[in-house]
This record gives sequence, C-alpha cells and structure tokens, in this order.
Amino acid sequence: MALMTNFWSIWITVLTLVVIVGCFILLRLVTKNTTGVEEGESMGHSFDGIEELNNPLPKWWSYMFYVTIVFGVIYLALYPGLGNYKGLLGWSSSNQSIGTENGIKADSEAAIELANKEGRWVQYDQEVKRADEQFGPIFRAYAETPLEELVKNEDALKVGGRLFLQNCSQCHGSDARGSKGFPNLTDNDWLYGGELATIKTTLMNGRHGMMPPKGGLPIEDSEIKGLAEYVTKLAGRDHDEALAAQGQASFMKGCFACHGMDATGNKFMGAPNLTNNIWLYGGSRGAIEQSIKNGRSGVMPAWKDVLGEEKVHVITAYVYSLSNK
Amino acid sequence: MNHSQPQGADYNYTVVRQFALTTVLWGIVGMSVGVLIAAQLIWPQLNFDTPWLTYSRLRPLHTNAVIFAFGTSALFATSYYIVQRTCQTKLFAPKLAAFTFWGWQAIILSAVITLPLGITSGKEYAELEWPIDIAITLVWVCYAIVFFGTIIKRTTSHIYVANWFFGAFIITVAVLHIVNSMAVPVSLWKSYSLYAGAVDAMVQWWYGHNAVGFLLTAGFLGMMYYFVPKQAGRPVYSYRLSIVHFWALIALYIWAGPHHLHYTALPDWTQSLGMVMSLILFAPSWGGMINGIMTLSGAWHKLRTDPVLRFLVVSLSFYGMSTFEGPMMAIKTVNALSHYTDWTIGHVHSGALGWVAMVSIGSLYHLIPVLYGHGRMYSTNLVNVHFWLATIGTVLYIVSMWISGVMQGLMWRAVNSDGTLTYSFVESIEASYPFYFVRFLGGCFFVTGMLIMAYNVFKTVKAPKESLPALAEA
Repeated sequence: MALMTNFWSIWITVLTLVVIVGCFILLRLVTKNTTGVEEGESMGHSFDGIEELNNPLPKWWSYMFYVTIVFGVIYLALYPGLGNYKGLLGWSSSNQSIGTENGIKADSEAAIELANKEGRWVQYDQEVKRADEQFGPIFRAYAETPLEELVKNEDALKVGGRLFLQNCSQCHGSDARGSKGFPNLTDNDWLYGGELATIKTTLMNGRHGMMPPKGGLPIEDSEIKGLAEYVTKLAGRDHDEALAAQGQASFMKGCFACHGMDATGNKFMGAPNLTNNIWLYGGSRGAIEQSIKNGRSGVMPAWKDVLGEEKVHVITAYVYSLSNK
Repeated sequence: MNHSQPQGADYNYTVVRQFALTTVLWGIVGMSVGVLIAAQLIWPQLNFDTPWLTYSRLRPLHTNAVIFAFGTSALFATSYYIVQRTCQTKLFAPKLAAFTFWGWQAIILSAVITLPLGITSGKEYAELEWPIDIAITLVWVCYAIVFFGTIIKRTTSHIYVANWFFGAFIITVAVLHIVNSMAVPVSLWKSYSLYAGAVDAMVQWWYGHNAVGFLLTAGFLGMMYYFVPKQAGRPVYSYRLSIVHFWALIALYIWAGPHHLHYTALPDWTQSLGMVMSLILFAPSWGGMINGIMTLSGAWHKLRTDPVLRFLVVSLSFYGMSTFEGPMMAIKTVNALSHYTDWTIGHVHSGALGWVAMVSIGSLYHLIPVLYGHGRMYSTNLVNVHFWLATIGTVLYIVSMWISGVMQGLMWRAVNSDGTLTYSFVESIEASYPFYFVRFLGGCFFVTGMLIMAYNVFKTVKAPKESLPALAEA
C-alpha cells in the first residue's frame, strides 16, 4: 500500500487534533461565565428587538459533547485515521478477517505479507476460504449427483434458482424469459442445444454467438428487404410472395451454410432456427433487416472460474427445469 | 408584535420581496417534480417514453430545484432581510443585490432547461455544466459583497448570531462550489472533472456533505436565529451556547464528507476520520435546536394559537431528529446496513422537508406580511391547514422510507444456509412498492400544502395595505 508523505501525514494529524482539542477547549472556556453578565440575564445588546440571554450551557448537552470527543480520541488511537498512523489494533479493511480469525497480530502480519507478495487480496481470500469451508460440502454433494437425478431434487432446484437470480438474472431476467439479445430460457428453444450436458458446457465455457454483416456473403444492400421478407415467410407469417421469392434467391447465396437448407439452424455453431418465430433480436421487419445488414454478436460469459463447476452443476439443473417441467 | 421599522432606516425590501415570492414558486415546481419522480418509481410508464421526462433526468432537476431554487431563494430573501434589520442599515450595493436576484433566476432557468436535455457533469447536486458553474460563482461573489458590505456598514456594535451563520454559509459554499466544479471543458456543454477516481469521489462528497452542512444547515440556522425569537417574542435562550455550537459546527462539518464513502476505495484513515468527526458533530448540531426550542421558554402557550410558530418549532424538532440520525448513520457498522438503501432518502427528506422546508415556510409566513405592510397572512386558518399537511406529509415520507430502507438493507444481507443470498435485488424492489406509494402520498400532502400557501400569499400580497391587522394575542 502506498503511504502518503510524512508532510501530509503530519498535516492531517495536526489539523485533526487542532479541531478536536479546539472543540474541547472552547467547550471548557465557554462553560465558565466570563461575559461579565449574570447568568440568566440579558447580554444587553438588542438586534431588531431580539435580545440574547446569558444562560449556561445545558449540562447534559456539555456531557454529551465531552463523551463524543472522548470516543473520537479513543477511536483514532485504536484505528487508522491520523495520517499514516496505523492504530493500536493494527486493523485495516484489507486484513480484518485475518485479524479477527486468529487474534494473533504477528501471525496476521506474516499472513498479510505473504498474501501481498503473492498478489492476493487478503480479506477476499479469507472470505472465499471461509465460505468454502462452510458451504463447500453442500455443493460437493450436489456435484456428485448426476444431473439427471439432480433435476428431480427440489432443494437443489431452489438453490439453483437463487444462484440464477444472483448471477444470471441481470441478463436473462428474474423470470428467465430474457430480453433483446439475451435468450429466453423458458421456451425450450435452444441455440446450442437443451440437453443437460450441453447446457452445462454453455454455462462452464460461455458462448460467443456471431452473425457477420450480411453473413459475410456477397449480398447487396438492395437485397436485404427481400431477405427479410423471406425470413418472415420462413417464420410462417404474412408476407409478400414476390419479394420473398427474391429473398429466397439471396438466401441461396450462402445463408444456408449456417442456418441450414431448411433454415432450422445449426446447434453446433449456435445459428438460430429461422422457422419458429422466436427472435433473439426482435422479429419486426426492421429488426430483421438490421440483423442481416449489420450482423449480430452476443456473448455469454464463462462461469467456471467465477462460480466453479459445483455451482454451475446446480444452475444447469435449474435452467433445464425451466423448460422441462 | 412590533414590526415597525426603527427610525432612520429605510430598508431595501424589493429584492427581499422578489426572492420571497420566487421561493414559493420554485418550492412548488421542485416539489412537484419530486412527486412526479416518486410516482414514476411506482408507475414507470409515467415517463411517457419521452427522454426528457425520464427519472434519470428529472431527479437532478428535482434536487437542484429544491436545494438551489427553493432553498437558496429562501436564504437570499431571509439573509437580505435579516442582515438589514439586525445591522440597522440599508443593503450595501443595491444594484448588485438586484443583479443577484436576476442572475440567480437565470441560473435556475438554465438548470430547468439543461437538466431535462440530459446535459450534466454527472456530479450529484453539482450537475450543472461549466458555463452555468461560472455564472453561479459570479452571482455568489456578488452575494458575498452585498452581504458582507452590509455587515461592514452596520450601525450596531455587535454582529448578530444569525449573520455569523449566513456569513459562514456564503463563504463556505463559494469555496465548495469552486473546488468541486473544477473541470476541463471539451465543448460548450460537456466537461470532465479535474479529479480522478477516489480523489474525485472524495472532493464530490466533501462538497456534497457540506452543501448539506453549510447551505441546508448553517444557512437555515441563520434563518432560525431571527424568526424563532421574533415570532415567539422571546430573547434567544443562550448567547454562550450559540458561540460554542457555531464554531464547533463549522469546524467539524467540513470533515464529515467521507461518511458518504464508507466501504469504498477511499483509504481507511479517511473513512475513520469522517466517521469520528461526524459523531463529534452531534452535540454542536443539537446546540442550535436547543437554543431555538428553549427560546420558547415563557412563550409555549403561543403554540396553541400561532401556526407560524408551530412551523418553526416543528422544523427544529425534525432538525434535531435528522442531526441525531446523521451521526448514527455515519457509524460504519450502521452504514453497512443503511448505505444505498431508502433509509438515506428518508434521512435526507427529514432534513429537507421537516427542517429546511418547514423553517422556510414558517419564516415566509412571518416575512411576507411585513414585506407587504400587513400584520398577518390573509388567512391564519390556511396557515394552520398547511402546517398539518406539511407535518403529515413529512411523517408519511420519512416513516415509509425508514421501513423500506431497513427492509432493503436486511434483504440484501440475508444469506441462506447454502451460502446463497436469500433475495435478488429485484425482489427488494418489489417489496418496496407499498412504501413507494406511501412516500408518493406524503409528497402529495406536502405539495398540496405549498399550493395552499401560494394562494394565501397571493391574497396577502393583493390585499390593500394594512387591511390585515395582527390578531390580538390570546
């Protein structure tokens, strides 16, 4: 940790103490009546008819003031606050777990030094370690259960649901029905496949779905309207037959390479099925045209290093259960 | 009560009248926007899919309007009034004073236009972009010249305590504004802060907390120190208490900013220091409340008949409550629960509605009849109705935000036996809906009160001179 220079450390310490001690002295001085006016009498000046009485400071209030000052001084002696001074307890926010865990200062200092050398965040490490000790066995037991059995375990699905809400709902929604660019996980339509093992692979390693602009094919801008019409036709919606026929010709320039000759997609590369009227980026003609013209790129992050396989295992069961009730 | 002017002094009331009336106007505007965004949190479709009606743009408009248009206009009006009357001299540089009025209104208008357009520096309570920041500096320096010029040419031997607070507020706000608004402009309407990272955050909250400390606390204590003894017709309780609590308050407040950044990348020492200073600040804050409330000694019976005094006394109670709550929330352990929850919003509004707005409203009900040559407001009953609407509105607001804030804090930290969080974020939002509704209701009460005030003020201003004599004391 970079320390401030001695100058600033002294600057802060002196200013802090001047203010706190200054308050103390002021309170002491004013408690005594040195105004030359008897207590309870008027100070003798009048401002637009307002006079001021020379009443003493309320005792309870003065004591309260003293108590907070004493507390402040003790706190600043125990904890960091006065510039670079570390405080008698040796506490810092990055070692508090170690400090409280074994209570031995020398040990914790050695542990901090080691952790710093290895470039680890001491407190975070400790919290992860402690959480793993406490909750690890639960997830280890789940991890040893085959997914086929786990999906029947109500408790596991509840745990998976909570993990989903904390880690996945930001994109896929609390109800898991997704939003533009983020797939709906409840409709049993799968870009990469809905088998338990596939879902787990998706969660573990993430996915990068990519449609290049115009599929990377020699397609002119003028053909996009027709293509969109053809895609609309594929989805079984109202369409202009002549325009769709033009689009079909464009489709045969190479779109089938990923989406398939029957346009039902390709789960190996995550190319979507175009015939089921399910749309990741919107199904309006405008949205379809935009997808074709500019391409699309979607990223599902890999979770194996973030949550670990044991937790991913449980989430897999939950995600599967959303489409297989 | 005697409002007659001392002989020889012919006070400049024009600028006071202007600021007093715009206080009411901007109060209604700022608070109505607040009610609208409170409603948007329940019914999001109320943004009508219009960019400049979205929550993100209207929220800074709400905060800027209530702090800088409503609150600061009230401070301009009362400080110009009080400094003249307690120094027994006319305002220094009257043309400059007139310039501060028109300049400030122009700044408010530019905020009303630029914030909904999405033009913002992104710094909370300092969103206005650099050209407006420069204009604020200019007007503020003129304000300081007028105020301190008047102090210098006073005909009284001492400077009254209200003016200490106004003086501290004017100087400190200038320093805060200039330091925090330092930025590199990249175009006419876009600039980037001169500071980076944790330093930027610290400068921002040094500014942010002292906007509360010096503008919304010290400034309004100045207001309190005049209107409470005036309305009660009693001497200020303790001159010595005012000395201790004034100097301790201004010395300590300036350190308290880091408590907004507990458990962040801010260094440990800064966080501890901010917490300690916030705690020691507790007693000096209460000094003002004690001095105000004890001033009523011998005049408590007036509360039965005088709703104006009721406004002032209840504002002091809310002030005491929120300045107790503040230091508590600055304790790191408490902050771990309260931070980022609605508790903070509730705390702010117990200060903003309960203290700032109510002390301003009470002061205006005293001030406006004087400015227009009357002994009282057009309708004392309507003042009373306003008092109850404001009190009920404030209580509904802060109680609902306490409950929802503590609930959110507890939900966010709840952990299951398997180590997973019990609730997702969206579940805590869902659980907050009933409280959002109660908050909205509280806001409606408060704005309704302001509309009644506007009517009452209109009728008072329009009434023939001296047609509204003071009521005989009960």
